[in-house]
Amino acid sequence: MNRSANAGGNASDATAIARPSQVYTGIALTSGYARGPKAQLSEPLSFWGGYDSVQGTIVDKTHPCFGQRLGGTIMVMPRAKGSSSSSSVLAEAIRNGTGPLGIILRERDLIIATGVIVASELYGINIPLVVVADADFKSISDTDAVIEIDSPNHLGVARVTLIAPSHALSEHDAT
Amino acid sequence: MLTLSAHDRAMLDGDLGPGVALAMRIVTRIADVMSAHELIDVRSAHIDGCLYHGAASLDFVERFVQAGTKVVIPTTLNVGSLDLIHPELYHGPASTGKAAQRLMDAHVELGCESSFTCAPYQLKHRPKLGEQIAWAESNAIVFANSVLGARTNRYGDFLDLAAAITGRAPYAGLHVLENRAARVVFEAPDFSALPGRDIFFAALGLLIGKEAGASVAAIVGLPPDTTEDELKALGAAAASSGAVALFHAVGITPEAPTLDAALQGRAPMRTVAVSLEDLRGVRRKLNHAGPGEPLVAVSLGTPHFSVAEFEQLMQLFARHAGPLRCDFYVNTSRYILWLLEQTGVAGQLADRGVQVVVDTCTYITPVMKKMTGLVMTNSGKWAHYAPANIGVTVAYGSMSECVRSAFEGKVWFDEQIS
Repeated sequence: MNRSANAGGNASDATAIARPSQVYTGIALTSGYARGPKAQLSEPLSFWGGYDSVQGTIVDKTHPCFGQRLGGTIMVMPRAKGSSSSSSVLAEAIRNGTGPLGIILRERDLIIATGVIVASELYGINIPLVVVADADFKSISDTDAVIEIDSPNHLGVARVTLIAPSHALSEHDAT
Repeated sequence: MLTLSAHDRAMLDGDLGPGVALAMRIVTRIADVMSAHELIDVRSAHIDGCLYHGAASLDFVERFVQAGTKVVIPTTLNVGSLDLIHPELYHGPASTGKAAQRLMDAHVELGCESSFTCAPYQLKHRPKLGEQIAWAESNAIVFANSVLGARTNRYGDFLDLAAAITGRAPYAGLHVLENRAARVVFEAPDFSALPGRDIFFAALGLLIGKEAGASVAAIVGLPPDTTEDELKALGAAAASSGAVALFHAVGITPEAPTLDAALQGRAPMRTVAVSLEDLRGVRRKLNHAGPGEPLVAVSLGTPHFSVAEFEQLMQLFARHAGPLRCDFYVNTSRYILWLLEQTGVAGQLADRGVQVVVDTCTYITPVMKKMTGLVMTNSGKWAHYAPANIGVTVAYGSMSECVRSAFEGKVWFDEQIS
């Protein structure tokens, strides 16, 4: 997978946060557009038994992100885990507006993909689901940013843009 | 690029109705996600969609009911949110109960069997070695793959029903023989002679799930007399803490007569040596109670209890006289309960104060009388999920420890295990 940093230089160095934005590409497992603050899940989450789709919070007490909200965010997680009921809980969360706006994974995951695809079929809500290469996943994980995902076609190239928080704010103020 | 047969194409194009077309769209979109090049016939399906998670659960199935769609292969149903044989046990919100009942009924209207069990491998007909199937429910998936040698991916809600309606699944992942080779080897310590060894299987499973993630695991060193129920406990735990869909127990499970066979002749990515102390550590982490703390209940049967486990339970009960000093629940299927009624065991259980719960499970829905306080279980899966799901605190011990604790009304641990 290709990576480019539009401010030039090596995208993986420690100054990544200072740049206005960085662009990565991944594989779009589902199409859609989303922009939101990052919700970084350092460990895999089982949506079933781990996420309350009504309250919109992580309820697995053993998860490092216990209590965190995913609504309105771009969820970044290495992979999913646990029960196969997670597809339903994710679809329900998307329906309720308590689910993530977009999802970035390091490994393809059937159960997450199924939840996203069914939410699109039933409710016409399209959540872009992107898989990125290991190195890009690490860069995305290490950067505190607002994330924009643009996935025009499923199985096509997804564009993941990291926008440094200060720039995201000023851009927002301007509009 | 996915190549479809003429019949697949007809289904996708709506020639067999809008329900079949919706199901086929889901199957093909998932096939794309899995990079599958073709679809294959599957011989059976197990559906996890009858547990109520909210409106999306019902919206999905009603689309098929309205279109008059039916499943085309033998299809069993996983647990629902209600015990339809003992409906009085449910004390959740009435509106949720009503929706949950409708969800279960709607699946039966689609032609699914009213099995309502998370252990469909304990029903009369079970998949054969090498058979291609589309199963959901993480413990059923790992059991079908590992213990029976049938071939399924880790299907979830929705795709399971879509496969049952189309009879097709993406040819990828664990449907393909080469992908069934073990990648991580676990060397188990010898716990064959320890009392209450059931919890060591569960603890090992939890450890494997955490270490292996979604990789296929091979386990060496399990007791040669390992039972199906012990493999069930191991698999259910591994699928709770990780995404394990297949493990090979060398010398025990059908695709692993030798370690080399389990690895399909390749070298493992890594080998993990597990000590008895590691397993005791897992138990300590799951257990949140000290000896002597008062119990509100014991809950067994996650996954659903087998006939053999009920026999073991009756033997343990025979060691104790007098009444139980806390509530005692055992989850199983209506089919197993029917078998127990034939042999008189069901009556004996009732006489000793045991509440058998069928069609559902005590950790997913409010059926236990007391939902706060300390509940003891021998299930790694129950211990993993119950605190977040229903808010109880878990004491974790072997079946034998659970039974003695129930008769004492407080937690009792066997010093030989801990």
